[in-house]
Amino acid sequence: MTKLLQLINEYAPYVVFFILLLLWEILVALNNIPNWILPAPSRIFTAIIEYQSLLFSHTIATLGEALAGYFLAVVLAFIIALLLNNCWWLKKAFYPLLIITQTIPLIILAILLPIWFGFGIAPKIIIVIIVCFFPIAINLMNGLDTVDIDQLNLFRSMGAKPLATYFIVKLPAALPAFFSGLRISATYSIMAAVISEWVGARQGLGYFMTLAQKSFRIDQVLAAVVIICLLSLLMVKLIDLCEYLLVPWNRLHQPVNDHPIK
Amino acid sequence: MQIRITSISKTLGMVHTLDNISLHVDQQEFVVILGPSGCGKSTLFNIIAGLIKPDKGQGFINDEDLTGKTGRISYMQQKDLLLPSRRVLDNVSIPLLLKGVSKQEARAQAGKYLPLFGLDEFADYYPGQLSIGMRQRAALLRTFLFSNEILLLDEPFASLDAITRRKMHLWLKDIQKHFHSSILFITHDIDEALFMADRIYVFSERPARIKEEIHLNSESDHAFLKENILTLLG
Repeated sequence: MTKLLQLINEYAPYVVFFILLLLWEILVALNNIPNWILPAPSRIFTAIIEYQSLLFSHTIATLGEALAGYFLAVVLAFIIALLLNNCWWLKKAFYPLLIITQTIPLIILAILLPIWFGFGIAPKIIIVIIVCFFPIAINLMNGLDTVDIDQLNLFRSMGAKPLATYFIVKLPAALPAFFSGLRISATYSIMAAVISEWVGARQGLGYFMTLAQKSFRIDQVLAAVVIICLLSLLMVKLIDLCEYLLVPWNRLHQPVNDHPIK
Repeated sequence: MQIRITSISKTLGMVHTLDNISLHVDQQEFVVILGPSGCGKSTLFNIIAGLIKPDKGQGFINDEDLTGKTGRISYMQQKDLLLPSRRVLDNVSIPLLLKGVSKQEARAQAGKYLPLFGLDEFADYYPGQLSIGMRQRAALLRTFLFSNEILLLDEPFASLDAITRRKMHLWLKDIQKHFHSSILFITHDIDEALFMADRIYVFSERPARIKEEIHLNSESDHAFLKENILTLLG
């Protein structure tokens, strides 16, 4: 019985996923739904194989924008979080502005930014930055704020300089929250890059999808969607790996038995 | 070393917390402050450690006025306040690092004390992997490496079970003898106070005043003293 539960625990998501795909495949076949409305999963899979070299070059373009934007967003978020955490009036003044950046509809930015910054890569990277910096900055700020006041007092009592306290206590304590932010932004980064390619792009998965959609090649559109999902998952796994390596104390949590004093 | 504080008063916000407290800890003495929970004992420690300034009164270490100055005495709380991000040896060597000792030298110096604190096999463990008793010993070692001459201990064993706590009591007495430390120890546990102390200051409820000073020796009748203290605080 426990063996069965173990199997469910391990394979449940794959089984559900497979059943849904199967249902989709069968329903499309039974109802003779045409390809230009809803292609079957097998058709999408064939499209990926068929257009793999085309998809690959567009994927590289999108991935480049996403990675560049994501990297700059991390740097920007780090600077913002440190400044706002250390200076209460900066926080007071700029916090509302940070929120407002998140309320602007992305699709409008995708249209407006090329007007202001041309049709190159710049407006695309800006969109990725706007989407990605926010969760990182907010989480890092929260992490820095939640440090135990007694911990800081202890360091003060030992005569620690503020900078030493920052590096020894505050930043490491904020790392897990920082990684939560990194993970959320990682899932958004690819999607943001794709949206940025909706207007005024000559390459990238977003561009590919607009073209495919205009010629009713829904199988190509969905093929690109599959790639986008996989890329996003890949980004998250990458962040998970970094956290695994950089925050080892969070996963080592099995207390040993009390050790007698000799 | 010797601590002396003279007529310290403090009002925190609207709350009159400490009222005219004077006390001293002599060389190698084990002094206990005994009082009801929330009577302002911890505020007194914050004042002695220099974290907050008293409204009135002064604190001296070896006759040097250290009122409101940090970096001279550290203290240990019920919470161990170990950094989860650092291994045990790196945690306990922090006071040495803050004094400007190089990382390697600090680890070497701190490492010598690990066996005495029952942590020799656990140098490379993270605090999250240790039992509460071991974490308290690590916190004590950190306090100790800051200064082994004076230790301020604020209910350090309150979160331990009775058996572990008694072991820690005996062990702490050994440590004190070994290093000739002066210890100022806060507790609300009368038995703990009687077991550990050379001298006890009994504090009243807020605002804290010293109700009684009790000298203990090997012939003291603990049962009788306990009754006395309970009447005092009741």
